[in-house]
Amino acid sequence: MTVVTDRPTGAPVVPLGMPLVGGAHGRTHGAGTAGLETTDEERSQRLADVRAGRLGSVHSWELVTAVDGPGTRMTLFLAGCPLRCLYCHNPDTMEMRRGTDVSAEEILGRVSRYRGVFKATGGGLTISGGEPLMQPAYVRTLLRGAKAMGVHTAIDTSGFLGAACTDEMLDDVDLVLLDVKSGDPETYQRVTGRELAPTLTFGRRVAERGDTEIWIRFVLVPGLTDDEENVAKVADYVASLGHAVTRVEVLPFHQMGRDKWADLGMEYELEDTQPPSPELVERVRGQFRERGLTVF
Amino acid sequence: MSTTAVPPTTASEGTHPAAWDGFVAGPWVDAVDVRDFIQRNYTPYAGDASFLAGPTPRTTGIWDKLSAMFPAEREKGVYDVDATTPSTITSHAPGYISEGDEVIVGLQTDAPLKRAIMPNGGYRMVASSLQTYGYEPDPVVEEIFTKYRKTHNDGVFDVYPPAVRAARSSHIITGLPDAYGRGRIIGDYRRVALYGVDALIAAKKLEKAELDMERSVEDVIRDREELAEQLRALSELKAMAASYGYDISAPATNGREAVQWLYFGYLAAVKEQNGAAMSLGRTSTFLDIYLQRDLEAGRLTEEQAQEIIDDFVIKLRIVRFLRTPEYDALFSGDPTWVTESIGGMGEDGRPLVTRTSFRYLQTLYNLGPAPEPNMTVFWSDRLPQGFKDFCAQVSIDTSAVQYESDDLIRDSWGDDAAIACCVSPMRVGKQMQFFGARVNVAKALLYAINGGRDEVSGKQVAPLTAPVEGEFLDYDDVMAKFDATLEWLAQTYVDALNCVHFMHDKYAYERIEMALHDREILRTMACGIAGLSVVADSLSAIKYAKVRALRTADGLVTEYQIEGDFPTYGNDDERADEIAVWIVNEFMSKIRKFPTYRNALHTQSVLTITSNVVYGKATGSTPDGRRAGEPFAPGANPMNGRDSHGMLASALSVAKLPYSEAQDGISLTSSIVPSGLGRTREEQVTNLVGLLDAYTLSNGYHMNVNVLNRETLLDAMEHPENYPQLTIRVSGYAVNFVRLTREQQLDVLSRTFHGAV
Repeated sequence: MTVVTDRPTGAPVVPLGMPLVGGAHGRTHGAGTAGLETTDEERSQRLADVRAGRLGSVHSWELVTAVDGPGTRMTLFLAGCPLRCLYCHNPDTMEMRRGTDVSAEEILGRVSRYRGVFKATGGGLTISGGEPLMQPAYVRTLLRGAKAMGVHTAIDTSGFLGAACTDEMLDDVDLVLLDVKSGDPETYQRVTGRELAPTLTFGRRVAERGDTEIWIRFVLVPGLTDDEENVAKVADYVASLGHAVTRVEVLPFHQMGRDKWADLGMEYELEDTQPPSPELVERVRGQFRERGLTVF
Repeated sequence: MSTTAVPPTTASEGTHPAAWDGFVAGPWVDAVDVRDFIQRNYTPYAGDASFLAGPTPRTTGIWDKLSAMFPAEREKGVYDVDATTPSTITSHAPGYISEGDEVIVGLQTDAPLKRAIMPNGGYRMVASSLQTYGYEPDPVVEEIFTKYRKTHNDGVFDVYPPAVRAARSSHIITGLPDAYGRGRIIGDYRRVALYGVDALIAAKKLEKAELDMERSVEDVIRDREELAEQLRALSELKAMAASYGYDISAPATNGREAVQWLYFGYLAAVKEQNGAAMSLGRTSTFLDIYLQRDLEAGRLTEEQAQEIIDDFVIKLRIVRFLRTPEYDALFSGDPTWVTESIGGMGEDGRPLVTRTSFRYLQTLYNLGPAPEPNMTVFWSDRLPQGFKDFCAQVSIDTSAVQYESDDLIRDSWGDDAAIACCVSPMRVGKQMQFFGARVNVAKALLYAINGGRDEVSGKQVAPLTAPVEGEFLDYDDVMAKFDATLEWLAQTYVDALNCVHFMHDKYAYERIEMALHDREILRTMACGIAGLSVVADSLSAIKYAKVRALRTADGLVTEYQIEGDFPTYGNDDERADEIAVWIVNEFMSKIRKFPTYRNALHTQSVLTITSNVVYGKATGSTPDGRRAGEPFAPGANPMNGRDSHGMLASALSVAKLPYSEAQDGISLTSSIVPSGLGRTREEQVTNLVGLLDAYTLSNGYHMNVNVLNRETLLDAMEHPENYPQLTIRVSGYAVNFVRLTREQQLDVLSRTFHGAV
């Protein structure tokens, strides 16, 4: 831990009246890479290891339940993301340089340690970020290693870099947590700074495989993603993916990440945005539900 | 192990009392052996909770009547006190909540919630309690207990050496049971039901006859005197039951009688002893044998069976002791630790779960959540799914259940062990402990740094040694000094406990509880430590970061400045966790060096109850960045907010503490917001079951589970009247949240709530 002189005592207080949804709030990432052996290699050796998928840039890890997939999971947050979502609650994972180098072997050692936990809880490994597909070689190594141990695997992705995810990699993925941040291409551009199309393509590709489960996530931000049309487009798309999608999670926007933007010296556009009202959350969930989807 | 022959209770050899009709005979018939009776006669239940019955209108009526009295009690601190009658098993006339309407009868005094005085432990405690609550101490009682009758408290202070007194008053050794009842002894109350009191008296007489054959040396004389006291107590037990119109000289003949007989045994104990923890044992599966026999014979319906258990639990909920506010500040919420151990697996692989295991938990619905009795589930991944699911569901709905590792307890103590207090396991009727409260190891670290001086008072408490020198703390230097301080502390501590328990046996002997034990029992000297996570993080900071010592003018180090990062205990990070393990191992090995009173087996707990707040208050700033006066984490918990890799990672750090070096238990309290367990109720149940499986399979020993929203607690602080039954678990027991001091409430709120588990 880092000691700050005027450290407030205790855990952060969850603002009252906020609609609480598993994983949607209080989900500031863990205390980095504590417990993981970090490496400090020569530059050339480092590059070789990164290319070979032996080394990656890690933001943090956590053991979580009821979010990021079924059961109790080790969620690994990788550093680096191609999107710049206005509402990102972990802006410190955006840039790969802020991560810590950790070997795949080290991560897999920890996955191995938690095999009993995964077995007892029906959990597994979830690779999140940042954007895991920023480091496809590393992710491939981790997925392969986990599957070799019989561990359930998930990746949490925006799908924007879906092209970097080979079919061979998908063979080692049991569950894709696909963030569809908007249905309207222009809104998507405004929210993330990037194009929507690659996400849609990736989702279809995964759905067509037939044996890879998909959970859809949609972050509901008042005034940004809550437009009925925009939500309808997401819902239509999700419904079109068929039975591969087993649940949709509508995650209400929260302000827990606000301080991080300031700490990083980054401009935060949603300073005055309020979390959605319970009514709004219900409306949006209803839009998905109408299409026969299981929604939380 | 000593079992004693029970003479046949009927005239002709080989015939059994009618009370035992339908029971499978075995060694239990010829000698006191409750476990053997259970093993041969219980019916494991592998189903779900769907058979359970709700409360009858009668049950609800009784509970409502009592509930109407609770606000006045909470307001004043006590509902009523009998200030003039020192309590014994037979001191008070029968009392009722609603005479004629109770299924199970018996109160500690002649009226519900009326507290009794028990001056054998110490008269000052009684007098100051009375004065606090506006009662005049009775002059006759005062004269007796100050002039003619020496108390346990007087005895202890006659023999404490100066080193112990100094350590005690500087709060490095704390909470010693030298002015109050030590508790943590579980009478095998089941024996009263199974054998009847006459058979128990006969068996004790035989034990005494055996002792009469031995030479009259000191320990034999003591044992004889104790047996004489036990025999007297058993006679009084019969007399007390008779005052309620029951003859309990013979075995109980049906389910209701079995509960009533057993409860009379327990009631006698709480009439006589104001013990810190007055635990019940492991009774549900025993009683199920009787209830099952009645159900199968068509003599009882499920509603009636549940009503008996509900009424029994109502009685257990209103056990009360007269204590001072200072005592309650240490052990918040007026606890009695009527701990009942439920479930677990038998040594033969059959689950010890019965329908009555479910019925006990069902009382949390029928009567609403409550801290007492302290419902404790012995958890194993091999328990039947229906029971696991029900436990998880009850936890989610009430936060009133704690879990202990059945596998760890069974391996050490067999399958008829029960928890006394919070986490202390013991074989029922065959083992007791000398409760030792705990030492403050965080303070010990500060003494090591300051050459044995107290960081708050500046007084020389531990022997004079060289304090640390230089600007920055050096890990090896601090470790060497800490090691020496722990050695001194262990010695002083065992010294103190030997004095305490010698005098407790002498002046406040637990006659009835010990009458329900074998003659030869295992005694443990239950030492304990507080401040584990503070010390682990402090040593980690010294090792992995740079810690600057800031001194006062006279050279006392009172503040610390940390430069750099360091790993903290509670993140499944070996670097910090191995330090915590080292502390536990090291202190245990030092404790073992010093001989104990009655050759008790040395054990240790990592448990603070709610006193983590009080210990923190008495302890200066520590090298981990904790400021002077700030609370410690409870029990073996990692420090608040420093366990940031999720609840299970935090728990897995705790699970690394070796049970073999902390056989009196290792306590972990976890708080989870409901949504952190899953989206749907089924998902929440499944995930909590999975977490408990994962934790116990990883050698985790104990877990309190609170499933609560922070806003509920905040609202309860503002509007306590709306939350009379809000129960939360803290370090080994449950409390009414609204009965905690404001300081303790804030401490609970400041703890890590795992939003995402």
